Amino acid sequence: MKKQLPLISGIAAITVSFFVFVIPFLFIIFMAFKDRRQAASRDFSWPEGFHLWENLVEVVTTRNWMMITAFVNSSILTVVSVTLLVVLAAMVGFVLARRDAKWNGPIEFLILAGLMIPPAVVPTIWLLQGLKLFGTLHGMILIEVAYNLPFSIILYRAFIATIPRELDEAAIIDGARPLDVFFRVILPLLWPVTVTNIVVQSVGIFNDFTNPLYYLPGANNATVQLTLYNFQSQFNTAYNLLFTNILLITIPPLLVFLFFNRQIVAGMTAGAVKG
Amino acid sequence: MTMTYTRKTILGLTAGLMSMTGLTGIALAQQTTLSLFSPNDQAAVAYTEAMIEAFEAANPDINVEIEVGPGGTERDNMVKSRLATGTMNDVFVYNAGSLFQAINPVQTTVDLTNEPYMADILNSFKQTVTANDGTLRGVPYGQAMGGGVLYNKKIYEELGLSVPMTWDEFMANSAKIQEAGYAPVIQTFGDTWTSQLFILADYFNVQAKNPQFAEMYTRGEAKYANTPAAMAGFQKQADVFNAGYLNEDFGAATLNDGLRMLADGEGAHYPMLTFAVGTIAQDYPELVGDVGFFALPGDDASLNGTTVWMPTALYISANTPNMEAAKKLVEFVASKEGGCDPWVEINAITGPFLIQGCELPADVNPAVADLQTYFTANGRTAPALEFLSPVKGPSLENITVEVGSGIRTPEDAAALYDEDVKKQAQQLGLPGW
Amino acid sequence: MSVTTADSAGALQTTVRKKPIQARYPGWFILPAAVIYSVLFLAPTVSSLYFSLTRWTLFDSVFIGFENFAQFFREPFLVQGLINTVIYAVVTSGMKVVIGMAFAVLLTSNIVARGYLRSVVFFPVLVSTVGVGITFTVLMHPTQGMINETLALFGIKGPGWLTNPSLALYSVALVDVWKGVGLATVIYIAGLVAIPRDYYEAARIDGATPWQNFWYVTLPLSRPATATVIILSFIGGLRTFDLIWAMTKGGPGFASDTVASVIYKQYQAGFYGLSTAGNVVLFVLIAVLVIPLTMILNRRRGHE
Repeated sequence: MKKQLPLISGIAAITVSFFVFVIPFLFIIFMAFKDRRQAASRDFSWPEGFHLWENLVEVVTTRNWMMITAFVNSSILTVVSVTLLVVLAAMVGFVLARRDAKWNGPIEFLILAGLMIPPAVVPTIWLLQGLKLFGTLHGMILIEVAYNLPFSIILYRAFIATIPRELDEAAIIDGARPLDVFFRVILPLLWPVTVTNIVVQSVGIFNDFTNPLYYLPGANNATVQLTLYNFQSQFNTAYNLLFTNILLITIPPLLVFLFFNRQIVAGMTAGAVKG
Repeated sequence: MTMTYTRKTILGLTAGLMSMTGLTGIALAQQTTLSLFSPNDQAAVAYTEAMIEAFEAANPDINVEIEVGPGGTERDNMVKSRLATGTMNDVFVYNAGSLFQAINPVQTTVDLTNEPYMADILNSFKQTVTANDGTLRGVPYGQAMGGGVLYNKKIYEELGLSVPMTWDEFMANSAKIQEAGYAPVIQTFGDTWTSQLFILADYFNVQAKNPQFAEMYTRGEAKYANTPAAMAGFQKQADVFNAGYLNEDFGAATLNDGLRMLADGEGAHYPMLTFAVGTIAQDYPELVGDVGFFALPGDDASLNGTTVWMPTALYISANTPNMEAAKKLVEFVASKEGGCDPWVEINAITGPFLIQGCELPADVNPAVADLQTYFTANGRTAPALEFLSPVKGPSLENITVEVGSGIRTPEDAAALYDEDVKKQAQQLGLPGW
Repeated sequence: MSVTTADSAGALQTTVRKKPIQARYPGWFILPAAVIYSVLFLAPTVSSLYFSLTRWTLFDSVFIGFENFAQFFREPFLVQGLINTVIYAVVTSGMKVVIGMAFAVLLTSNIVARGYLRSVVFFPVLVSTVGVGITFTVLMHPTQGMINETLALFGIKGPGWLTNPSLALYSVALVDVWKGVGLATVIYIAGLVAIPRDYYEAARIDGATPWQNFWYVTLPLSRPATATVIILSFIGGLRTFDLIWAMTKGGPGFASDTVASVIYKQYQAGFYGLSTAGNVVLFVLIAVLVIPLTMILNRRRGHE
């Protein structure tokens, strides 16, 4: 009886999750297989004929292979921004969790404000132009870092608070320098939340649509989400291509997830043992 | 995992990653590269590609890159941000008429008044790209369009109906169509902008009754709520909802659904712009012959005509570093080879051209041929209000969805729209508001 | 930047003797983040405050005092939008807490196919919001959508999920939960695995039922995770815009407008001053709701 319970609840969970979470993705995949005409009726039906390849070719070759440029740009943007975010946010989280300085309050307010206030687009463009960073990937990277720092800091801060102080204080008394303490002791302990950070932020930045639209103009600077504009037009909508596009731009986040999926579990178990 | 980073390696790593980003964007040395901000609807993109190909063949030293921007109001926003921050592409396509006035054209675009090709562009278009200092700023990027009712000719033949000349006739036709089991009127609020046609395409009728409406409206003297002829559009939209004439899924259907229903003969009337005929021709080539066009009727058969939309226009951004090349491109688009032939080539004819010397091909679709009859007759066309007045409220499409779904009465809607318009007029700093 | 860094580190070292332990957590760690954040986010935001007092066309601006704020509160659907915003935030964050916790308990238990279930629940977090919005708009179509076609098989006439004015907001909220619950679940899982086994061990010795286990051990000890989930999803809910815009654009009519979508409509229409004023209003709204909430959640955490 005790052994069957996980099995029964497991089967129930699998069934429910299939309908709630899997069917919508099957729908996207089916749509990507259809031709323009069948896709226009947007029902959940088996594709008549195999049109995925044609759809893919059309999506990838449109606008002078813009999809390829977009994938390169989005990858650079995502990798660099997330690297910076992880290091900078962990440092801030570490100090905030460990020091009880009187300006912790105001800093936390500023962090919350960053989560709450929608950014001011036009002044930001003027500023980026002044710094000669407008329309460059460098500028875009810094923007993504600035906009996503609060979220990362909050995650780090919460988890650093759960790490016993004794660990790093012992190291400090041993005479280790702060940076060494941070990179040797703290950062490895933070691996579980770092994985969460990497997954969430890389997906968020990779899927960001609005910010590149404003701060990264130009066909050479296209990012992956902007390619959706090619197909979601106001007047005519080619649903088969639209869903092929959605399918295509979902693959990189999927790879990131498949890669880190084991790490999430492994990292969490390690965290549990030490905690 | 051993952690032996030092501050130096971290900084080095960061610098390395940052420098990697310099890999993209290698410029071509000897060629001029022009960047064109193009609209994203299917026909315009197809035209742009065909036109650029011809242009580059004639000008091998110029390379044109296309950036496909968003559509709709998102486009307005982007164009304004880019112009205001001096980051617009060398040349860009944007609306003529009221939206053109809102981009501060005197400062943001290049004066084209003295270009020789302007002589070949029809006056009706020129007045929609005239800045408030009297200079001309753009050339047509497409053809004129009619706004009215696309209808299914087969249903009309089957039921022995004739094209309605008054609103009462339209409603009578619709009653017969409903009896025969078809949806008399197609509405598609999944694409909210399509809900505005009852009001916008009714402007010919407004002007027929009140020739001074546009001027008085711009001065803040005429309102929708207190001008019966202007209110009529809201009333018509309420009429078809109250009579139960709409297709079942009107709340969620999209433009594409609407066109399919019309072409298939599921529905009989679809208030729309004639550009949509191009989509039908592309998706249902065998059915495009069944689709015709008539003007949205008023209440007087002797005053029957259609409302006309001007195409978008091509402008040069004031801060382009490639002025010479940009001017060449604009000149090309203003010519028959660049501005008309590619449209014929991709078979996307939606109405008359605005460049002299451009003829419509003989085998245009019936809806476009129907539209032509209004142009050839005298006094049977009027420009849409947005080409006569800079004032257009941004919430019209939300209000018309409410009227068309029975959420709001026409009187209420007209009053609410007048409020909406007021904000726009104040923003533009017009006198009298 | 390295010069500044060295300076502030040096300045901190002089205070080492007074506060030995504190000062070894160097304040300059904050500096790189602070510079990027202040320059690229805070400075433009503060300068935008001025523009909220102007009639601004981007090309020039006229100072009009508080007229924008007055106008913003005259927007016909602002009050409805304010109510909608709060409803949306409460519904989505509430459901994310409850469902996320339930999923986390289920997925840390001994269930079969745990790996598959974790992946499947988390996967929607990865897909672009625009993509999810487009997909669900299609699935929720009143006549051809898969959801209503399935209901029709059982003889039920499904509602107009996105076309019925009184339902649209909740339908979007549901999709928001669908997309976001995976993140809440992961945060909870991380919180649950961090609970020391000893507590469960002690509870087992006391003869606790699974329900008592959950109520007296899991729930109180996962409070930090709960606080994180609530704060993040509540703020996210108040600011939500992408999904509403991708699915209903605030419609039908104005029925699912939130403050963020009202602001964006002003922005799109070119009323830049008005929309900046709306941003200020939204910020105040969020601050008024979130700051007390944060204090309550943190105080409780302090009592543990």
